[in-house]
Order: sequence, then C-alpha cells, then structure tokens
Amino acid sequence: MSDAAVATSAGGQPTVSKISEAVIRIAGNSQDGIQAIGGFLARLAGRSEQEVMTFMTIPSTISGGPSIFQVRIGSGEVLSSGDEADMLLAFYDHSYFNHLGSLKNGGIVLYDSDHLKAEAIPAENLARYRHIGVPISALTIEAIGGTGRDKGKNVFALGLLARMFDLNVDKLHRLLQERFTGKDPKIAETALNAFNAGYHYTLATATELYQFKPGENVGQAQVVMSGNEALAYGLIAAGVRFGSGYPITPWSDIMELLRRELPKYGGTFQQAEDEIAAVSMAMGASWGGRVAVTGSSGPGISLKTEAIGWASMAEMPLIVVDVQRGGPSTGMPTNIEQSDINIACFGGHGDSPRVVIAPANVEDCFYCAIEAVNVARKFSTPVILLTDQGIATRIEAFREPDLQKIVQDISPDLSPVSEHKPYDLSAPDGITRHIAPGTRVASGKYPVVTGLEHDELGHPTGSPKLHVQMTAKRRNKLKKLAAEIPTPTVYGPAEGQVLLVSWGSAQGPCQEAVKIARANGEAFSSIHIKYINPLPNGLEKIFEAFRHVFVVELNDEGLYGIGQFGSILRARFADPRIRGINKSDGLTWKISEILSRARALTQHSTNV
Amino acid sequence: MSEMAIPFAVLPRGANTRIEPVAPLADADRKPLTKKEVSADHPTWCPGCGDFSVLALYFKLIEKRRMHHEKITTVAGIGCSSRFPYFVQAHGAHYIHGRALPFASGVALSRPDLHVFVFGGDGDAFSIGGNHFTHTARKNVKLTYVVMDNNVYGLTKNQTSPTSPIGFKSKTDVWGSKDRPINPIKQAICAGATFVGRTTATNPNHVLAMMEQAMDHDGFSFVQVLSECVEFYPGAFDNANPRKGGAFAEVPKEHDVTDEYAAYRLAENLWPGHFGVFYKVQRPTKNANEAQIVTDAQAKVAGLEPWQILKKNFDRMK
Ligand SMILES: Cc1ncc(C[n+]2csc(CCOP(=O)(O)OP(=O)(O)O)c2C)c(N)n1
Ligand code: SF4
Ligand SMILES: [Mg+2]
Repeated sequence: MSDAAVATSAGGQPTVSKISEAVIRIAGNSQDGIQAIGGFLARLAGRSEQEVMTFMTIPSTISGGPSIFQVRIGSGEVLSSGDEADMLLAFYDHSYFNHLGSLKNGGIVLYDSDHLKAEAIPAENLARYRHIGVPISALTIEAIGGTGRDKGKNVFALGLLARMFDLNVDKLHRLLQERFTGKDPKIAETALNAFNAGYHYTLATATELYQFKPGENVGQAQVVMSGNEALAYGLIAAGVRFGSGYPITPWSDIMELLRRELPKYGGTFQQAEDEIAAVSMAMGASWGGRVAVTGSSGPGISLKTEAIGWASMAEMPLIVVDVQRGGPSTGMPTNIEQSDINIACFGGHGDSPRVVIAPANVEDCFYCAIEAVNVARKFSTPVILLTDQGIATRIEAFREPDLQKIVQDISPDLSPVSEHKPYDLSAPDGITRHIAPGTRVASGKYPVVTGLEHDELGHPTGSPKLHVQMTAKRRNKLKKLAAEIPTPTVYGPAEGQVLLVSWGSAQGPCQEAVKIARANGEAFSSIHIKYINPLPNGLEKIFEAFRHVFVVELNDEGLYGIGQFGSILRARFADPRIRGINKSDGLTWKISEILSRARALTQHSTNV
Repeated sequence: MSEMAIPFAVLPRGANTRIEPVAPLADADRKPLTKKEVSADHPTWCPGCGDFSVLALYFKLIEKRRMHHEKITTVAGIGCSSRFPYFVQAHGAHYIHGRALPFASGVALSRPDLHVFVFGGDGDAFSIGGNHFTHTARKNVKLTYVVMDNNVYGLTKNQTSPTSPIGFKSKTDVWGSKDRPINPIKQAICAGATFVGRTTATNPNHVLAMMEQAMDHDGFSFVQVLSECVEFYPGAFDNANPRKGGAFAEVPKEHDVTDEYAAYRLAENLWPGHFGVFYKVQRPTKNANEAQIVTDAQAKVAGLEPWQILKKNFDRMK
C-alpha cells in the first residue's frame, strides 16, 4: 500500500486512501476457515479484474493447528505473494506474535480482542504498527447466535475487510451465496448476517479506509483456481481420459479432481494400490491408444522411476506429474521445495531420455498440461510435469481460456494399417509412433512394446549396432524437440550485470526482484526456463551478455555450491559465471532475499 | 499471462507417413488364424521347458475361438515365462518385473473392447508382484492371468521362488529352502479372484479347457499352470504326470465352485493336488462398475461437448 494517496478527512468522515495493491495476511487456526476467507478475497479480485496471488500454509496434521493465508491483490501485475504484509488479521495471541514479523513498519494489525488482550501488546509494537482491536468472537456470536461457537468468525472478519478495502459488497454477497447454497438455506443466511455485522462494524468505527485503483485486466473474464486445479483441468482440456495415482500431499487434489470429473467425459481415474501400480496402469492405458496420466510427490516419484525408464525405452507417451515438496524421504510434506529436478531429469537407470516441463504459475499449469500431452504424443515420450507445493495450493486469477478453441480430441485411431514398424529407424521424422492394440495390420506383422533393447518391430535384440542406433533415436527426438522450443525472452534489458535464471515458481519473485533492482539503478534482468529437459537452444547467447548468471532455486546449494538446475546449466554450458542462489527453508522466495544474495555474490566474484 | 510455448496442432494419425490405412476386413472374410500366422519369434526357452506347451495351447485357443488378429492382446512382466508376447504374432507388451497386472488393468479399463491375457512366472506373480495380484483380484478387473509356475526363478538361474517347496535346494538356499511357500490357489481365493483354475502343462487338453473357461469368465480369472523348468527344477511336477508315474486328479465333480470354504479346503494340499476349476462366482467387475459411474456422470451432461462441460466448471470459478 506504499503508494497510498490519502484524501483528507472531513468532518469525522474516515479518510480514503487510493492504493494499487495490498498484501493481507490472515493468521489463525486451520479450523477457523482461514482458507475460506482467503479464497473469497482471491475470487473477488478475479471478478474485479484485479490480479491476485495467494500463499498459504496448512498444518500437515489433520487435527488442525496454526495456519495462514496471505493474499496479495493488485490493480497491476502481481508477481509474488509479497515479502511483507500491509495488514495482519490475527485471530489469536499466537497468530499475532508469530506473524507480526511479516508486517511492514507502519502496517495495520487487526486483531480479535477477545483472544489477544490489549494489555498483552508490548509498547514498542504499538509505536511501530497501527493496532485495531475488534472483539471478533463476541460480535460474531452476537450477530449469528452462539450455537456455532467459533463458526462464522471468518465471514465476520471478511465483512470487516470488505469495508476497510471498499470491496464490492454485491459480488461478495453473491460469492457467499454461491458457496453456501445447496446446504441448508439457513447457513447462507447466517453467513450473510456475519458478513454484514463485520461490514457495519468497520463502517461505524474506522477512521481510515482504502480503495483499490481500478484493475488493468478490464473487460477480461477471469477464472480463479489453484495450480492443482488448473493442471488437472488442463489435462482434461488436452484430451486425457485415463489416469491412476496413489494419495500423497500435495498431489492428491489432482487425482481427486480427475476421479470426480473424468467420468463426465467418458473417462476414469483409478486409485491404485501403490505408485508403481499407478504408473503401470497409466502406461497400459497409454499403450491402449490415448496418453494417460499418473502423478505423485517425492516419495511416490521415486517408486515410479523404473516404470518411467520403461517408458523411455519403449518410447511410450505418458504424463507424470510431480508436485514437489520438501525432501528427501517424507521430508517436509507441506512445505515448498524445488529439489526433484534431478530425479525428474535423470531418475532411473540407463540412458533414459524424457521431457521435463516446469510450470511457472497457476495459469501456466493449465497450458503446460496441454503442452505436455502434445509433446508426449508428438515425440512418443514420457513427459514429467514438475510443479511444486507453492503453485499447487495457491490461488490465482487468470484470463479465462478460450475452451472451445483449446479443448482437443485425442481419441485413439484404430483404423487398420497396411504395415507398421513402431521403432522404424528410417522414419522420415525419426520419431517412433505406436499403433494401439485393436489396430489390424494387414501385413500380419504386429509390433511389441518392450523394455528390452529391440529391433524396429519391438523384438528383443542383443545387437550392439541396434543398441547404438536405438539409443541415438531416443536421444535425437529430444534434440528435435529442443529445436522447436522458442528461446526464452529476457525480462528486462538483454544485457547487464546480473541475469537471474528461474524455473518453476521462482519466475514471479525473480521478475519482481528485477523490477526493484532496476528501480534502484542496478542492471538486473531475468530469464525463465520452462523446458528443463531438453533445454531450449540459444541460452548461451543470452548468458554471454551478462557479467553474472545466478540460478535462483529452492533447493540446497549442493556440494559444489550451484544447486540442481545450476549444475545442469553448468554441465551444459561449462560457464563459470553460472552460480546458484539457493535456499532450503521450505518457504517461498522473498524478493529481498534474492536481491541481497545476488548483491553479495556480485561482491565476491573472483572467478570472472 | 501464459500461453503454450509451442503452437501445436492436434497430432493426426498420419503424422508418421509410414502409417498407411487399409480397408477394414469384413467378418465374413476372416478365417481362423493358423499357428503359423500367430507365431512370431522362435521361443528362447530351453528345449523341454513346460512353457512351450502353454504357448502352443494359447495358439490353439486363438484358432479355436476364431479370435480377430488385432484383438489378441498379450501382456507379461519379466521372467522366462514372461517372454511370451515375443512369441505371439499379435499386439503385445513386455513390461517390467512384477507389474504386468496393473499395466494390463490399464489396458482393460481403458479398452473394454479387448480381452487381455497376462502371462508370467511365480516370482513375477507372487513375490515382486504380490501386492498387485491381491488388488487386481479384489477389484475384479476383467482379464485373464495365467501364471506359469515352475517353483523356481528360471531367468535369473535358480534362486528360491515364493512357491518353492520347503527343502528345495537353490543357489540362495543351498541347504534347502525353509520358508513356507505361497499356495497360489488359496492366495487367489482370499484375494477375491472370481475365477480360480489350476492345470499342468503336461495335460494339453486340460490347459486349453482352463484357458478357455478363464477367457469366458466375466471378471478376474486366474489360472495356475504347473510348468516344469527342466533346467533348474527338473521333475518338479512328475507326481502330477501319469506318464511319469504320478496322478492327474481332477477337481471332484461334486465340488461346489461357488463355495469359497470348500474351494479353500480343496486347495489344502497342492503336492500335486487337484486340477480344474476351484472357484467361480459372479461379482460386478471393476469394468462394469466404472462403466456405470461413467453412464451416471454423462447423463448429467448429456448433449454437451467436452469443452462445454469444462466451461461449466470454469464458470463456477469466476
Ligand atoms: C526389478 C527387477 N528385479 C529383478 C529382476 C531380475 N529378474 C528377472 S526375472 C526374475 C525372476 C523370474 O522368476 P519367475 O517370475 O518365476 O519367472 P521364470 O523365469 O521362472 O519363468 C528376476 C528376479 C528384474 N528384471 N527386475
Ligand atoms: S530356465 Fe527353466 S523356465 Fe527358463 S526356459 Fe529354461 S527350462 Fe524354461
Ligand atoms: Mg518361476
């Protein structure tokens, strides 16, 4: 809210400040419906043509516990969920004391004075932040009756915020109604009562209100969803009709959604007995003629590696989603980390080329899913979609895709063929193409798909020559793909001091870091790489124009100080300017962290 | 804003120009497939291996039942027995060790027009693939699983298998195996298989009969075929072979194949035990259950194109 333009108050009226963005952190316990308020705010922003990005933590235990939801709403481009909050809405003592550190100096604390007593607030805090105590619990009970105990506090608080930020009440009413209809009509009514009570409380007491400048996405219909939802819907749009998986956080949402939705399209999703069965079922369905999906998070991906190797060898199209979380082993199941790039690119024995695509944000999850399906089919290859816990669970608004144009039909074509060699070494495009069982081959010579090294029909061979040729075939098709991938464009000027290289969810934070650095007179730019394997061509030219190339990724710097993707880029380009900005605290990047680390590295650069 | 990096057109069938379409074959023009037409590579099995017999009878079954060539779908894991698909001139998949069943389930559930035959060994089925056996059986996925049980690991050259009898000397139990072997018939009944049959490779007519009944069963059908490994466990099943002085005892006529406990009791002693159908019941298949879910779900979106169904969801997320 740094650019607040304050309109002076007149005659007891609250002042109204025009703002272009706000970061609001809501802290409480997960059972208070923290996620629900955040979700309402995010969806409202989407409907108000504003950009929005959220960030949340959910305790990994089922009994609940401290939880936060941070929402950043902006009239312009929103690239990250925000380093510091403008406002903290704290439901309890612990929410207050644990999250005050995330509030910027001069920020506002809106707290439940039934839980946090004014006397408990240290004097120095009062000097640093604006405190507004509201007896949220008592007022909620007053508004909706005491039966629900703590229920409804979240909606009451939403009412408070709605007035404070002059949010569109009609739209919020509609959202509440949509959310609660279908249940008992009383529930919707109660929710509206709680909301209105909060709204009027602020109306009566506030001395300062805020108003967002109009959003820039005028006239665009926006949809609001999480990354996991976007990815699952992307797969459906791409024509995927079969999937199989095994539960694991944070992948499970995708499988639950597909299980629910696919039957509408004539498809099905199978919960398998384990991840090996899941990848195998999907593989069988892919062979059946239509590329299928499996997915997991860290531990489950480890289990799938043998089968993915089979897909490499048999050249079977397959989509494998890896929603990364903190590893190794069970690691930090509800934290964010980008440490599966090695297993995604190299997991498995033997030379087993596969494609790895990493979406950058929620919207990108939708389009990457479609692209993954198309790449898998065109190049007859397994494709790993590498997302992370951060993108998976956060909610963003994005332009509604033109579904009529995008949704594709990839149903298998079983019409008979004269003859067919799937692993044809002299195929004009050099790429393997399978025919599904059920396809009659007039020559009477049928193909076999196999994990053994094979001849052109798929029959096993021990021939050194064929192993060389087939290995090259599997490798060269990815080189072909590399030639089709556009070279990424540089965000910011194409030359300068520092180039930040991002992949996956680091894109937004890196671009925001560039903006801030540039505003500060520092020659920073960034580049985002979506195709991790194969890499796009032409990166070396881009790197050459910068003094430093820093790969920003959420994983350990490793033995040699360059992180996982950094190591791949170093190996590829043998360029000592490539160094790593890594961390493994399980949290998303703060812009300030990226900037300070980059600045420090430029000071200690003896090797260039 | 995000878009696809590479503009794609939906990949057409002819993207590989070698795929040339031909006219469909009318049913009237089809003749039963001969052994010559359905045999592919010459089997790599040791001369005398019991697996030859199973292969020959699969060919017989194909011929007898006038299967359409393109519909023959053969899936296997890894092992001597699992090399099966290479020897069949038809669509086949040679998958990874122990995972043939989930792979075949993926085919069966996405392609209800095909009846998948899965072939494999005892190690593949009951050791590394043990969990999949249980779950495929309990879900009653419609497919046929033929386990060529030689009581030993053949391909890896003589290690103890989960069906090796106590006292069996292998390279991993030079003093004789001590672990209680799995009883495949009991295992299948307990797991929820709806068709459980047992036969031996030395009785060709019986093998054919079991495979045929298994194929006709609507559900998960399991057949244990005793198939001698002449290399590492010669004579293992002599006691079930009348020509070697053994006895081939069929399942008694009065046995009630729908009586789970009777079937379990009948399977008590498999050395050499009985041959025939131990258990056979009708239970809704996974395939039928899924089809019902699809029918119900599609009734709610009748008349809508896929993009319109998706649009309905997106409209709710505005
Ligand atoms: C993951 C894995 N582990 C081990 C092997 C080695 N392996 C191949 S076949 C086999 C056992 C074969 O025994 P069985 O399934 O009884 O088949 P048989 O050869 O006796 O017909 C083993 C252990 C493998 N291919 N893959
Ligand atoms: S090793 Fe045994 S099982 Fe394998 S082919 Fe030879 S005889 Fe048959
Ligand atoms: Mg064996």
